[in-house]
This record gives sequence, C-alpha cells and structure tokens, in this order.
Amino acid sequence: MRQYVLTLLLASMFALVSFGQEHNGEQSHDENATEETHHEEACGEHGKEPFNPGATAFHHISDQNIYNIGPFHFPLPCILYSPEQGWSVFSSGVFHADAHGNGHYAMDRYVLVEGRVRRVVADDFPMGKVELEGHPFFKKVEQKDGKPIELAHVCYGGSQYAADNPSTADGGLFGGGVTSFYDFSITKNVVTMFLVFFLMAWLFITVANAYKKRDGMAPKGIQSFIEPIFLFIQDEVAKPFLGHKWERFTPFLMSLFFFILGLNLFGQIPFLGGSNVTGNLAVTMVLAIITFFVVNFHGNKHYWEHIFWMPGVPAWVKTILTPVEFLGLFIKPMTLMLRLFANITAGHMVVIIFVGLIFLFGKSGELAGASYGTAVGSTLLTMFMMSIELLVAFIQAFVFTILTASYIGAATEEAHH
Amino acid sequence: MIFLADFSVIKPDFGLLFWTTVIFILFWVIIGKFAFRPIMEGLKKRERDIQNSLDEAKRAREEMAKMKAENEELLAKAREERAQILKEAKEAKDRLIAEAKEQAKDEAKKIVANAKEQIENQKMAAIVELKNQVGKLSLEIAEKVIRKQLEGDKQQEAFVEDLVKDLKLN
Repeated sequence: MRQYVLTLLLASMFALVSFGQEHNGEQSHDENATEETHHEEACGEHGKEPFNPGATAFHHISDQNIYNIGPFHFPLPCILYSPEQGWSVFSSGVFHADAHGNGHYAMDRYVLVEGRVRRVVADDFPMGKVELEGHPFFKKVEQKDGKPIELAHVCYGGSQYAADNPSTADGGLFGGGVTSFYDFSITKNVVTMFLVFFLMAWLFITVANAYKKRDGMAPKGIQSFIEPIFLFIQDEVAKPFLGHKWERFTPFLMSLFFFILGLNLFGQIPFLGGSNVTGNLAVTMVLAIITFFVVNFHGNKHYWEHIFWMPGVPAWVKTILTPVEFLGLFIKPMTLMLRLFANITAGHMVVIIFVGLIFLFGKSGELAGASYGTAVGSTLLTMFMMSIELLVAFIQAFVFTILTASYIGAATEEAHH
Repeated sequence: MIFLADFSVIKPDFGLLFWTTVIFILFWVIIGKFAFRPIMEGLKKRERDIQNSLDEAKRAREEMAKMKAENEELLAKAREERAQILKEAKEAKDRLIAEAKEQAKDEAKKIVANAKEQIENQKMAAIVELKNQVGKLSLEIAEKVIRKQLEGDKQQEAFVEDLVKDLKLN
C-alpha cells in the first residue's frame, strides 16, 4: 500500500515538474521574441513585462546571497574567489538590494542580480563600491559554447556590462559550467543548513541527556516525541537491512534521515524564507556522494565479486552483467540524488505556481475580481499541496535513508551460497 | 518585475557543495557522537533493563509458585496430623469415660452392697432389740395377768391345772 502511494506521489511530482518546465519553456520562447525590442531600451526606462509564473518560481526556489523574510532583508557574508582578482570577502549588504534581491551598487566588480552574486567580466569596470545606473539589470541572451545562455547585464557610466553567473559543477550539462568566479558565500541555503544543524544538535543532545538523567525511568516530554521516530529508523530501517552490523551504521542513517527531514520541514514553514535546500541538486549530490563512499568503502569481497565477476553465471553473461553492475554503482546514488531533488523542488514550485495563478488570472492586479476569486481557490489548493508536502518531507527522508540502508546492507552482506 | 528564467537549482554550485559537505559531516560527527550514540546506548540499556526485570519477575513468580506448593503440602500434612491427634484424643476420651463409668458402677455396687449389709445388720439389731422388748413386755404382762388370776386359791389351782394341761400337750 505504501509502495503504491509512494509511486503515485512520485509520478505526480514528476508530472508537475515536467509541467512546470514545459510551461517555462513556452514562456522563454515568448521572451526571446520580445527580447530584441526590450534590450534596445536598456540603461534607460524599462518596459513592463507580463507576469511569468515559471520564472518567478525559479527565482523563489533558487539559492540566494541574501535572506528575505517578508519585508526584512538580512545581508549574508559573501566569500568570492576569482582567479583574476583573488578572494573578496564582504557583506551582501553593500549591494543595497531591493525587494527582488537586485543590488543598486557593485562591489569589486561583483553585482547582486535576483539575490545571486554575479561578476562583471569587463576590465574597464571599476573596482570598489560603485553605484549602478537606471534599472538594476536587464537580461540578454548570448551564445556561449554554441548554446544560448541568458545573462544579466548591468549599466554603469552609460554602457552595458554582462555579468557572469557563479561557476557550477554541472559541466555545462544544464547550462552552467565554470565561469570567471566561484561563490563560496554563506548563502540562504547554507544559513538554513546551519540553523537546522544547530536546532537538531540542541534537540538531540537534549534528548541524549534525558536518557542519562532519567535512567531507569519512562521517557518524558521531547524525549518521548523523538523516541518513536528514532526507534522507527533504528528498528525498521537499520536492523532489517544491516543485520548484526546495524550499530555501526545507525548514526550515519540517523544523520541522513534527520538532516534531510529537518531541511525538508524547515523549507515548508511559511514566512520563514521557504529555503529550498534539499531541492537543490548540490545538496542532494553531496548526500549521494557521501552515501556512495560509505557504501563502497565498506563493500566486502563478496560485494565486489558480485559486481565484477558474478559467480554462477556463464562467461558470456558476465560480459553483459559486469558493465550493468558497474554502472549500477553510480546509478544508485544518482537516483537518490535526483529523487530527493525532484520531489522537494516540485513541491516548492507547485506552491509558488498556485500563488502565482492569482497574479496571472488577475493580470497583476488589473482585474481585481479575478484576483480575489483566484486567491480563494489558490489558498485552498496551496493548503492542500502543503499538507501533501508535509507527507513528502517525511517520505523522501525515509526513502533516502531506507535505500541507503539497503545499499549498505548489500555491500556488507556475508557470502551465503 | 522581470526574472531570469534560470532553473538554477539543477546547477550544483561549488560553494553549496563545499558547505553542504562541511555541515553534513559536522552533523554526522557531532550529533552522531554526542546524541545518536548515547541515545542508542540509552535505548539498548533500557531494553536490557526491561528484559532483566521481566526475567526477574518470571523467576519470582516461579519461586512463589514453588513456595505455594510447599506451603500447601505442609498445610495438608498439618491437617492430617490434626485429624490424627483429634482421633486419638477422642479415643482416649471414650476410653476414659468408659473406664470411669465402669469404676463408678463398681463403686456404686459396692456402696449398695455395703448399704444392704448395714441395713441387714441394723435390721437384725432392731429385731433382737424388739424381741428383747417383746420378751420383757410379755413377762410383765404375764406377771400382771398371773397376779390378777391368782388372787384366790381356786383360781391358783385352775391355773396350775391349765399349766399342767399345756405341759402335757407340749
């Protein structure tokens, strides 16, 4: 039954993601058409663009160098490295960002566009803190390595300057790649991870102390709240998959589960920034890579034998089986990475798109009646979606953990023929 | 407002990769060591304690059952003994009563016999006394009668004649 519900949820999540992407694809085509006329008037007054829910959603789920909670903007430390000019460390407060995270100032050629630090590549752009002109930025599609890439442009001294995005580790697969600088800043996601880390540390150390203090007594308060969840992971995930070696890997599985769960739930809290941490591929990639290392580091002879030279099958089958098994080594953590990422990102996007419907149908406030009508429907849909997301937060943390446990279990299983 | 249509979450940022690694390993090491391990130990200890308590309770219950059986045996034995004692006591009582009755009967018989003897003696004494008295009285009467009858010569002669007649008859 759980399997069935899970499959259904996964299917609907993927459907929603693809919907979101398709939708966005159409939108950007339209934009490309209007882009030519748009950027001609750059550095001066800017025209009013129609509301684009897809792009709005992308903006809201992305990592930021600034933490917005309602009308409050908390500047975050920027730690930037560019091979050309070395390390730059400053607060993102220097950009004097507006409500959309667009800075009105540049610092050491770095500018803030849509909450992300970007770097002006041109050598004639001055170092230090300078004020930008006109509208904070406009966008232009440029060709890079034969692929169209949308770049932010800023205006200074009457001319336009293209600003590079931060380097990413996708190798150009998703339109990123290594650019002129690296961003090691304490971003919104990093702040959220630290918050969750401290929250969880406080919570679990309190609980651990309760076990010492209340030795020989029944659990009480926060201890009895955590204990069933802890026992569930220990008894239903660690023990069945890991056999007598469960004690060695339980801290790792617990860390995975509560780290993911904490981040999933933190992103669900309304009016707290809605950080999309586990819906960022970088985060899930790190978790998957660590899982990969833990699994393969503990792999025994039996495990490697089954990958490279499956016993008990004819030699010609082995020639097929070995590459498949070898690929499986990498596909397993990759599915972990993508599953968590897709589910959480989809959840965040759906919520934003439901809210975006109000502006779309109301034509950004021109049709007040439609806005109010849609607001009622959207609120109900969003509430429904968020309750499902609450479920997904638990399910995804659980699925990541149980699959990791099964991979470790398979790697450490003793031979029995 | 304008937005870059940039699905940036799918592009893993180097900074985020670095910080996630740092924070997750911190999480694993610190919370794992100072919270998850102690909680596991605490849970294991409690599990052991509960098992021990259950075992102890079971042992105590078994001991209780054993003791109860022993007690019952003792009680049964005691009851049997009591019955035995009671039976013996009853027998003794019956015997005593019977003996007492026998003795009493003998005594009574003896007393009665004594009484009879005494009564006989008394009776005999009374009879002797009575005889003596009667004899004395008879003599007196006879004297008085004789004196009256023998007031004249003629009467004396008649009397002697009578006496002689009587003598002859005897």
